[in-house]
Amino acid sequence: MAKTTKSLDEVTIRFAGDSGDGMQLTGTQFTNTSAIMGNDLSTLPDYPAEIRAPQGTLFGVSGFQIHFGSKEINTPGDQCDVLVAMNAAALKVNLRSLVNGGSIIVNTDGFNDKNLKLAGYEANPLNNDSLSKYQVFQVDITKLTTLALADMNLPQKIVDRTKNFFALGMMYWIYNRSIESTIEWVNDKFKSKADIAEANIRVLKAGWNFAETTEIFSVRYDVKPATLAHGKYRNITGNQATALGLVAAANKAKLDLFLGSYPITPASDILHDLSMYKQYGVKTFQAEDEIAGVTSAIGASFGGALAVTTTSGPGLALKTEAIGLAVMVELPLVIVNIQRGGPSTGLPTKTEQADLLQSMYGRNGEAPVPIVAASTPGDCFYSVFEASRIALKFMTPVLFLSDGYLGNGSEPWLIPTPESLADISPKFRTDPNGYLPYLRDEKTLAREWAIPGTPGLEHRIGGLEKEDKTGNVSYDPENHERMIRLRAEKVERIANDIPLAKVEGDEKGDLLVVGWGGTYGAIRTAVEQKRAEGKSVSHLHLHYLNPLQKNIGEILYNFKNVLVAEINMGQLIKILRAKYLVPAVGLNKIQGLPFKSSEIEKKIDEILGGK
Amino acid sequence: MSVLVEEVLSNVKATSVGNSVGAAKVTAKDFQSDQDVRWCPGCGDYSILAQTQRILPDLNIPRERMVFISGIGCSSRFPYYMETYGFHSIHGRATAIASGLKMARPDLSIWVVTGDGDGLSIGGNHMIHLMRRNVDVNVILFNNQIYGLTKGQYSPTSEKGKVTKSTPLGSIDYPFNPAALALGSSCTFVARSMDRDPKHMQAVLKRAAEHKGTSFVEMYQNCNVFNDGAFFTLTEKETRDENVLYLEHGKPLIFGKEKDKGIHLDGFTPTVVSLKDGKHSVNDLIVHNEKDSTLAFILANMTYQEKLPRPVGIFQSIERPTYDEMMSQQIETAIQKRGKGTLEKLLNSGETWTIQ
Ligand code: SF4
Repeated sequence: MAKTTKSLDEVTIRFAGDSGDGMQLTGTQFTNTSAIMGNDLSTLPDYPAEIRAPQGTLFGVSGFQIHFGSKEINTPGDQCDVLVAMNAAALKVNLRSLVNGGSIIVNTDGFNDKNLKLAGYEANPLNNDSLSKYQVFQVDITKLTTLALADMNLPQKIVDRTKNFFALGMMYWIYNRSIESTIEWVNDKFKSKADIAEANIRVLKAGWNFAETTEIFSVRYDVKPATLAHGKYRNITGNQATALGLVAAANKAKLDLFLGSYPITPASDILHDLSMYKQYGVKTFQAEDEIAGVTSAIGASFGGALAVTTTSGPGLALKTEAIGLAVMVELPLVIVNIQRGGPSTGLPTKTEQADLLQSMYGRNGEAPVPIVAASTPGDCFYSVFEASRIALKFMTPVLFLSDGYLGNGSEPWLIPTPESLADISPKFRTDPNGYLPYLRDEKTLAREWAIPGTPGLEHRIGGLEKEDKTGNVSYDPENHERMIRLRAEKVERIANDIPLAKVEGDEKGDLLVVGWGGTYGAIRTAVEQKRAEGKSVSHLHLHYLNPLQKNIGEILYNFKNVLVAEINMGQLIKILRAKYLVPAVGLNKIQGLPFKSSEIEKKIDEILGGK
Repeated sequence: MSVLVEEVLSNVKATSVGNSVGAAKVTAKDFQSDQDVRWCPGCGDYSILAQTQRILPDLNIPRERMVFISGIGCSSRFPYYMETYGFHSIHGRATAIASGLKMARPDLSIWVVTGDGDGLSIGGNHMIHLMRRNVDVNVILFNNQIYGLTKGQYSPTSEKGKVTKSTPLGSIDYPFNPAALALGSSCTFVARSMDRDPKHMQAVLKRAAEHKGTSFVEMYQNCNVFNDGAFFTLTEKETRDENVLYLEHGKPLIFGKEKDKGIHLDGFTPTVVSLKDGKHSVNDLIVHNEKDSTLAFILANMTYQEKLPRPVGIFQSIERPTYDEMMSQQIETAIQKRGKGTLEKLLNSGETWTIQ
C-alpha cells in the first residue's frame, strides 16, 4: 500500500505506561534522536513517587511528554497530539491530556480483564465507541515483541522489558526518525550483555518494520529541523546543566568544586552527575543528612573551595540554620534548591515554585541571601554559574532556584566555549599586615577570604555577632545594628553588579506578565500568541529575585496592568507589591504541574478583554 | 588542592611557629590568642586548653595549618582562645564542618572541640558518621555530664536519676557511654582522659594528634558550677588509685594504691582479682593491647559498672585508610584512567550535533 508523507511544524507526543515499562527511557531516546535531527524541543517527564508501584494501577502510571518541531519550541506542549498507552491505566490517566481528534496507539495486551479492572474501566474502551473522538491504533505489542525474540530463549521477564522499544520503533517510523542513535546507545549501555543488546535492537527494528509494512499506519510525518542558532548542540536537562554549570564555575574560579549533599528527589541527579566528574577534580560527599550536606560545604568553603550543597524544599528547611551561619561568617556558598510540591514531603516528583519566600526569609534573624533563578533547562547552566560568581565576589551564600520541571525537563542546548565564560577567580588575602577578618571592600562590602595555611592570618570566625572590622565576638547594641545593616547593604549592592532587566515585547503597554523560574516557556508562548493577535502585552522574566534588578520598578510603572504568574499561591507578587506598591494581580496554579500557555492566554484575555 | 589555593600557599612563607625547619623555639604561648578566657573560675576547661597548647609545639605542624572547630556549649568557646585558624560554628555541626574542611584541604591538621550535649545529643548523628568514615580529624569531647551553657539541665551522659532543673524528679534517661559509642562507630582511635590529670592528658592528646584517622578523646571535665565533683572519685588523690584503671599498651591491667589488684577475664567478663591473696598472679591478668578491637569493647564496657575501676587511657588505636585519603585517591585514579578533564571536554561530552 502506498504510504503518504505529511509535513508538520510541531508535534506533541506522550508516552505512557507502567512505571516499570521504561517510559522515561523511551521518551529520552525519542528526545535525543529528535534533538540530533535538529528539531527544537521541550520535554516533561511525569512519573510517580513510588519506584515500582503495583503493576497496572492508576497511580503507577509513568508518562513522558515531548513537544518538538521545526519552529521555536518553549514548552512541552499544553496537550498531546499522540498518546502512546501501554496499558488501560495509562490510557485512563492520560486521555484528558490528548487533543480532540488526536491519535492513540495502544498495546492491546495491556487491556486484559485485570488491567481494565485496575484502571477502573467497566467495559473495554477499545471495544466500544468511548474513543470515537480519537483515532485509535491497536497493536498487540507484547505478542509482536515475543515473536520477534522467539528464537532467543530469553526469560519472559526480559522480553517484557523490551516492549517499550517496539513502541519506540513504531514512533520512529511514523515521525521519520533515524534509529541509529538509539542503537548506538543500546550497544554502549549493554556492552557486557550482548543478548540483551541484541534483543532491544531487534525489537526496535521490529517496531519500525511493523509500522512500515502493515496497513495500520498509512501516513508518516516529516518534522523538519528548526532554525536554531549556528553551533554545536547537545540535549540537556536542567539538572545536567546545573552540574555542568557548577564544574564550569569552579574551573573559571580556579577552585576545587566541593559538593556536600544528601539524596533527595528531584535534586539527586546533580549529585549523581557530579560524582562522575572526579577526573575534573570534583569532590562529592554524600553526607549523613541535609544538615551535614550544607555544613560540610561551609567547612570546605572555609578551606578555599567553591562549595555547594544541593537539595529540594524539605532539605532547604533543614539547612536553614547553617545558611544563617554562612551569612554570619560571610563565606561563599551555593545552595541549589530544585523545588518540588510541598509542604512537608508534599509531591516529591511534581513541580512547584513555592520555596521563594522560604529562600527569601526562611532563617532566624535578619539574614538576607541573594537568590538567582533559572528559566529553562539550559539556562540552569548560566544561572548557577552566575550564582557562583556572586557568592565568590560578595563572600555570601547564594540560593539558586530551579524546580522539578526544569530539572527533569530538557531542551537542545547550544554548547558554550570555555573562553566565552568569565573569569571569576577570587583573590585570597595573603598579606598579614593590617589584616582584620571583617575589613570590607569599599565597593562590594565583601570581606576578604583568608584560608587556613596562610601564615600570619590565623583568625577565628563563628556564629556569634561580630564586631565590625575585627570580627571579635561583640554584644554591643550599636555594633549589632551596624553589622545587620552592613550585611543587608552588601546584598543590596549586588544590584550594581548585575545587568538591568529586559522586557520581551514593548516597554510600555496595557499589560505586563511577570514571571520567574520555570514558567518562562509558557509565559513567552502565551505572550507571543497574544501579541500576534494585536494585544498590548509584554513579558518580564526575573532571573534575580534578591536583590531585584534596579530597573524593575520603572518597568512595572510603565504598564497599566501587571499580572504575576507563579506555580504557587502568590509569592513573587507579595515581594513586588511590598517593594513597588503596584496593584499587581496573580495567576496561580498549585497542581504540581507547570502552566499551560493556554491558561496564561486565558488570563491575559480576561484582563484585557477580548475573546 | 585547587590551582589557586596551591598557588597562594606556595607563595607564602611558613612561619617559624610549630615548624621544624629552622624553627625558633615554639612554646605554648604562641598558641594563645589575645582573647580573654571567659570560663567560670575553676572550670575544668582551663586545664584542657592549657594541655592542648602545651602539646601543639611538639607536633611539628606549622601553626597556620592548624584549625580548631567547635559547635555550641561552654567547651565550644575553645577556638577563640587558640592562636590558630578557628571556627565557632553552630550546635552539633562542628564534626560535619570539619569533615568538609578535611576533604577540601587534606593538608590541614583539624581539631574538633565539643561537649557531651553538642557532640552526643544534637550532634550525635554527625559524630558517629565522622567516626565510621575515619575522617582524619581529632575530636576532644569535654564530658561534664551536664548542660553548662544553658545553666544546668541533664545531658546524654548524666547518670540515671540525676536531679536537674529539667528533671526535678530525677532523669529517667540511661546515659551514653561515649567510648563504647565511638568503638561501635568503628572509630580507629578511642581514648579517655581527665582534666585533673595533666600529664596523662598530654600523652593522650599527643597520641591522638599523631594518629591518622578519626581520634576520639573523651575528656572528663569538671563543671564546678552545675555538676561539681562529678568525677572526683576518679580525679582526687584519696580515691583515684582505687577507682581508676590506667590502660597501657602491652602491660597487664593493674590498679590500686598498692598496685595490688588487677583485671582478670572470666569468660568475656572482666573481674577484679587480688594479687595479694595468693590465688591470682600477674599472669592471670589481661594484658592491654590497643590493636585488639574485641578487648577494647570489653574495656569500654567496664564504664559505669560499680564494682569495676574506670578505665582511662587509649582503648583502641588501629589503622585503616582514611576517608580524605581515599577521596583523593579516587580522584587520582579517575584522572589516570580517563585523563585530566578539561572544561572543553566536559561541555562537549555526550551526544552532540552541529547546526551550520
Ligand atoms: S558552666 Fe560549667 S562547664 Fe561551663 S564554664 Fe562554667 S564551670 Fe565550665
